[in-house]
Amino acid sequence: MTTTTATHRGFWYRHPGLRLGGLLTAPMAWLVVVYLGSLGALFLTAFYQVDDFTSQVVRSFSLKNFQTLFTTSAYYQSVFRTISIALLVTILCLVIAVPLAFFMARVAPRNWRPVMIALVLTPLWASYLVKVYAWRSMLQPETGVIAWFLKPLGLDGPGYGYVGIVITLTYLWLPYMILPVYAGLTRLPDSMLDASADLGAHSGRTFRSIVIPMIFPSVVAGSIFTFSLSLGDYITAQIVGGKVTMLGNIVQQTYVTNLPFAAAVATLPVIIIVLYLLAVRKTGALESV
Amino acid sequence: MTLSRGTKMLLGIFAIIAGAFVYVPLGIILINSFSTNKSLTWPPTGYTTEWWSKAVDNEGVRSALLTSVVVALCATAIALVLGLLISLAIARYRFFGRESISLLIVLPIALPGIVTGIALNNVFTSYLGGLTFLTLVVAHATFCMVVVYNNVLARLRRMGGSVEEASSDLGAGGWTTFRLVTFPLMKSAILAGGILAFGLSFDEIIVTTFTAGPGITTLPIWIYQNLFRPNQAPIVNVVAAALVLVSIIPIYVAQKFGSDDERAGGVI
Repeated sequence: MTTTTATHRGFWYRHPGLRLGGLLTAPMAWLVVVYLGSLGALFLTAFYQVDDFTSQVVRSFSLKNFQTLFTTSAYYQSVFRTISIALLVTILCLVIAVPLAFFMARVAPRNWRPVMIALVLTPLWASYLVKVYAWRSMLQPETGVIAWFLKPLGLDGPGYGYVGIVITLTYLWLPYMILPVYAGLTRLPDSMLDASADLGAHSGRTFRSIVIPMIFPSVVAGSIFTFSLSLGDYITAQIVGGKVTMLGNIVQQTYVTNLPFAAAVATLPVIIIVLYLLAVRKTGALESV
Repeated sequence: MTLSRGTKMLLGIFAIIAGAFVYVPLGIILINSFSTNKSLTWPPTGYTTEWWSKAVDNEGVRSALLTSVVVALCATAIALVLGLLISLAIARYRFFGRESISLLIVLPIALPGIVTGIALNNVFTSYLGGLTFLTLVVAHATFCMVVVYNNVLARLRRMGGSVEEASSDLGAGGWTTFRLVTFPLMKSAILAGGILAFGLSFDEIIVTTFTAGPGITTLPIWIYQNLFRPNQAPIVNVVAAALVLVSIIPIYVAQKFGSDDERAGGVI
């Protein structure tokens, strides 16, 4: 009986290792060779130079690119500005997303949920560029929607610049924070909240001691997106940033003439994000990404 | 936890304000597409459908749309195959490096587009002879894989292994089990993942800027090129409005075919 089953089940059944190999070879080749390979090459290129006369990339190691980056004030100011924007955007997303997700998951009637989720998702799938463009018409000085709205109050809109970038990026990445926090809140068992109330905790205390620790991994998962996507963005700065530049703009402006320098600038967000990912891996947040 | 009426009301009001923050800009886009103003001006001084018909006839818009669709179809096809393979491996096997792979596959969308873009640009231009249509498809497939993977993996986890074991106990081989049991059960998750991958590729601009061969203009690239041209504003407005309307399709399909935890869109 056993023998017939074994032969019947065939070669692949008896060799799970080969089966796994068959599944993994192609996608791993793609991710490791194409993607990790490119990232590795980018890191190497960051240490190369461009020959001033021939404009060719010279493959000799030096830290010159990083030196230029951290000694030219326009460059390092851009880097710090970008980090501050990414942090601000993450905080703003958090401040908007937590109460909103809480309302969706815990306050609103259960049968509203699919509609509310669809309402959160629709702007996520509306074109990125279109959303930035929408904020261009919102923020436009004098003739923009915000300026028009504030005029009767004697106020002026923020116009294009730092504030405009922060608002637009918050708008762009907000769904990335709402969705994991919402998912975290729906997974929270009612019994746990009841138990907390039964033990005498008022809702503020329950929120602090139960809800926040329980949704922390979701918040971290969301923050990976809001922070990382803000760090690398340059189109938003071009469209609503006025003269304000971000790290991505430096890459975009230099990659044609000085690819090694652009590569050096682009490794900064990678280092920051990989450190962040490694730090949060222990919270289990990556499972909910 | 019992919240007071006041707190609930406050949360409700907050939700309405947040909703306005999200939807007012999209509404403005739709209204602007009917504006008679040739520049970005609010409020519009008159309304017309002239620009919609002009946009439909616009040669640049049409060819950009076609390019976007072709690129997205190619990238989605590759992403479907690779994403499916990885999700099967991660869901059904325990092996060394499994954790690292689940981290690796998220990287292309967790890292900013500019990093993926410049990294691929560097390899393509420095070592592989320059940018083409193919390099663009390769770049898109790399970050589209993850949405397919996420959708299918969620489904596989929820399915559990017991139906497959049952099939195998009844004498079906590995391939027969996959064909008759596993695949039919994950078909809708694959469809949802594929549509989201298509949407992701269709919308991409940053990676596209760095990896598209010369002369290849996708729709986002077209919009970007025409954004600052004063005379093109009305047409750009129409294209933008059309894209807002089209974005409802993937949501609708994902809602219809995905299950609860897959509705998040597979991105998260």
